[in-house]
Amino acid sequence: MAASTTLASGAGPARPARSVWQRVRAGDNLAYSVTLGAASAILLITGLLVYELYAHSAASRAKFGWQFLFTSTWDPVADQYGALPFIYGTVVTSAVALFIGIPLGVGAAIFLAELAPPRISDGLTFLIELLAAVPSVIYGLLGIFILVPILRQVEPAIRAVLGWTPLFQGPFYGVSLFSAGVVLAVMIVPFIISISREVIRAVPADQREAALALGATRWEMTWDVVVPYAKNGIMASIFLALARSLGETMAVTMVVGNDPKIRASLFAPGYSIAAVIANEFTEATGDMYTSALIELGLVLFALTIVINGAARLLVARRNVA
Amino acid sequence: MSGSLHLLRRKAVNVAMLTLTGLCTLVAAGTLVFILSYLVIHGAKSLSWDFFTKLPAPVGEAGGGMANAIVGSAKLLLIATLVGVPIGFLGGVYLAEFGGTTFSFIVRYVTDLLNGVPSIVIAIFAYTMIVLPQKHFSTLAGGLALGVMMIPIAVRSSEEFLRAVPMSLREGAVALGASKAQAIFTVVIPAAKNGIITGIMLNLARVAGETAPLLFTSFSNRYWSPGWEQPTAALPVMIFTYAIAPYEDWHEQAWSAGFVLLALVLAVNIFARMILSKRKHVAR
Repeated sequence: MAASTTLASGAGPARPARSVWQRVRAGDNLAYSVTLGAASAILLITGLLVYELYAHSAASRAKFGWQFLFTSTWDPVADQYGALPFIYGTVVTSAVALFIGIPLGVGAAIFLAELAPPRISDGLTFLIELLAAVPSVIYGLLGIFILVPILRQVEPAIRAVLGWTPLFQGPFYGVSLFSAGVVLAVMIVPFIISISREVIRAVPADQREAALALGATRWEMTWDVVVPYAKNGIMASIFLALARSLGETMAVTMVVGNDPKIRASLFAPGYSIAAVIANEFTEATGDMYTSALIELGLVLFALTIVINGAARLLVARRNVA
Repeated sequence: MSGSLHLLRRKAVNVAMLTLTGLCTLVAAGTLVFILSYLVIHGAKSLSWDFFTKLPAPVGEAGGGMANAIVGSAKLLLIATLVGVPIGFLGGVYLAEFGGTTFSFIVRYVTDLLNGVPSIVIAIFAYTMIVLPQKHFSTLAGGLALGVMMIPIAVRSSEEFLRAVPMSLREGAVALGASKAQAIFTVVIPAAKNGIITGIMLNLARVAGETAPLLFTSFSNRYWSPGWEQPTAALPVMIFTYAIAPYEDWHEQAWSAGFVLLALVLAVNIFARMILSKRKHVAR
């Protein structure tokens, strides 16, 4: 509507041909250069971001080299820094999140795409996608005051079933790698659901019909035909969720316990890369301390780039096929 | 006999697994209902007019509010908009209207890459760019961090809404003698205006809740922060500080702040999705 009225007024009165020609040329060139400038600015900012991370971690990289990634001493007093406990905590919390989040997310996506009537499916998806909009600090708040007390309650039950594994040994204070993993799971489930639901829905109907015609039950049709068909898309959603949970800061900081030790038990407190940067950056005295924290940022950056890249590859392959 | 048993088993598996997927959905959707109701009950309880009008009270003193944090958040979002929207929007115009080259492929790729950068890493960027040379925390640095976070999504949503404008509108404009630039700025962009503005609102709602980029850029402040060069309080940072503090009444305030923040963010999201509900895909 609005477009057509602007169109009429935009045509304007006739002017001498030559000046119109020049103005038009100028306008096109200007529009092109301005938008090109904005697009280039994105490249520039991203490039600058990588450069800043690299340049400001120079001191730490020079002193510790690759050993930074494989040593586990984090001692600001002695100016000795090793990233291993943080890398460990980041990977473990994300693994717990995926372990809980994948079955939950993919299961719900199957239900929403295959079983639920369209209106109910749309309504529930709307609700679930709102979860993705909840700020992470609020997840942290809920983590501290609701999830941790609940986990303290159910901890004996978990221990009774899984206590024989090394993963659930030792005292449980509430804040732990496990708690952080559970909060992350809640945070990534909406991503898995909303993308997986879309790719499952996009599976052609004749695939389903063929399976049903061969006598498959509804579940067999879904699990043996539809899900394999949508596999790449589902994997991509999982990788995106993983990238998000690796970089998540606030919710993890608030429930992980913030203790730079490597322990096998999920019930033990731990630390993550993002959390240590958030907690210690403002108190980092001395160039080496800051430099080591920025190098941690570089490590986290590299980690998420690789995971995001993998997700993109999967999506690209799906589009080609 | 074994054949019918086999069939029975398959049917049982069918029912069991389908029920399980339903349960998964129930858990996921139930989480939101739980989060919402808990925050409403717990957060609204201690919410008072003071929250919006008073400064934080000193430790141990009852009352006080977060007026400075609300204003601080607004100022941070203003800077973020000034940084993120022009670059993002014009970049989106480039990709939608002048794209199709290798360069635009690179821009798209890098935009996605920037979108995947964790917010805490963007905070380091803002820190080394502004805080380090200036040697003090500032609203400006926090706003820059949030602005950089806005760029990728602004690019993607602008591009998407511009692409959704039918080709015939562009052709009509050009047929009437408009140049390409005139067609874009007087026909295509106005036609996509609602979508683009809604996209920006969603984008703002997202960064409004970001805490990590502010921790060591705009830092925090117990008082008003005049101008743009001083550290400032922000609502999400206050929630964090108050939640991890050992004081019971601070926890209450954290719940109130969480309630206010969540209500704002969800209101924008619901409103935006209602506007966009005719379109199938929403850029996030």
